[in-house]
Amino acid sequence: MTLTEAPAGYRVRDRVAETRDTVTLTLEPVSAALPGPQPGQFTMLYAFGVGEVPISVSGPAGLPVLTHTIRSVGAVTRALCDAAPGHLVGVRGPFGTTWDEADAAGQDLLLVAGGIGLAPLRPALLAALAARDSYRQVTVLIGARSPSELLYTLELDRWRTAGARVEVTVDKGDAAWRGDVGVVTQLIRRAEIVPDETIALICGPEIMMRLTAQALQAAGMTADRIRVSLERNMQCGVAECGHCQLGPLLLCRDGPVVSYRVAETLLAAREL
Amino acid sequence: MTRPELAEFATHPFVRGLAAGYVEQLADRADQVEIAAGQRIFGELGEARGLWLIRSGRVALDLQVPGRQRVVVETLGPGDELGLSWLAPVPRWQFGATAELAVDAWALSSAAVLGLCDADHELGYQLTRRLLTTAIARLHAARIRILDLYALPESTP
Repeated sequence: MTLTEAPAGYRVRDRVAETRDTVTLTLEPVSAALPGPQPGQFTMLYAFGVGEVPISVSGPAGLPVLTHTIRSVGAVTRALCDAAPGHLVGVRGPFGTTWDEADAAGQDLLLVAGGIGLAPLRPALLAALAARDSYRQVTVLIGARSPSELLYTLELDRWRTAGARVEVTVDKGDAAWRGDVGVVTQLIRRAEIVPDETIALICGPEIMMRLTAQALQAAGMTADRIRVSLERNMQCGVAECGHCQLGPLLLCRDGPVVSYRVAETLLAAREL
Repeated sequence: MTRPELAEFATHPFVRGLAAGYVEQLADRADQVEIAAGQRIFGELGEARGLWLIRSGRVALDLQVPGRQRVVVETLGPGDELGLSWLAPVPRWQFGATAELAVDAWALSSAAVLGLCDADHELGYQLTRRLLTTAIARLHAARIRILDLYALPESTP
């Protein structure tokens, strides 16, 4: 892969509106498929004539068909969110490091998601549930701003049925909400973590990830058992342009999934 | 009035790690209670005089806001403590509490807890630290929510 490699053509096969500003696109290759992405990786999605953005893979691993959950936050993501079935988009990748959730085989796997951070964790969860007997407890703790901003609401019970413990909390409920209200870190206390037999994967806003990691450390987990997904201004995807530098890391290559042992000091730095 | 089974009582995070004698004194003053889903436990501005150590279920802390429906500000669950307002100089509940799901808990009267603390300042110190830890955690959680972390970023592609 080089900086000049052209995006591969993919066509939108399916579009699901998850929330008022977030959609999940299923993309199929127009010709040869790119290598199937692994949980944690991202691709560069190109809205022709608008621009290119890094988007984490949110569907099953290793397939030629790609699944991306995209939040409309700017011109490019808005164009992608508006893409209807049949629409053509460009794809480069997949890029970056992986969750390596299988490292938790024989142990407990804990996934902690904040907001849109559930999307990059979903492939790891699906992979773990596909090999459910390989793990002891599989727990998913989800935090969202409000019930209407929760992702994959139709899947939560399916994940429970498949053997995951799924807990959801929102910052602010509504009249119909009967679930938990509070920050996601408050769910950790109830998660009955076995510190030296758990691998934790965290994805969400950086402050949320830092606070979650701190809560896990307070529960006895060491930093090398915690992984976070970091995001910067990924552009080239091949560690050449330097836009995604975070301290010694080029996150398009050395991330997005990084051990908290490495990320801990980087997340606390004021400017990097 | 059902006294808790001591070994089980000792597993609750609020008392876990206390000296056995202290756990026993607290257990002697605790009642095992079951609260049905939907039952009001206390209302805001009522006299605050209880501490519940939640074993299972879910409690919603709420506030009546004029012009709006009842607003749930936080939920508590297994391992949490319900009822801190009796620590304040004027012991009034600042929020109401309702069992959202059926709740099993150990209930202590604030008078009993304060009586134990007055009689043995070491126990008082231990319990004060634990209550303060809970209060700090809730303060932190409230501050995090003020940040509105999941809101849209200001500028992204």
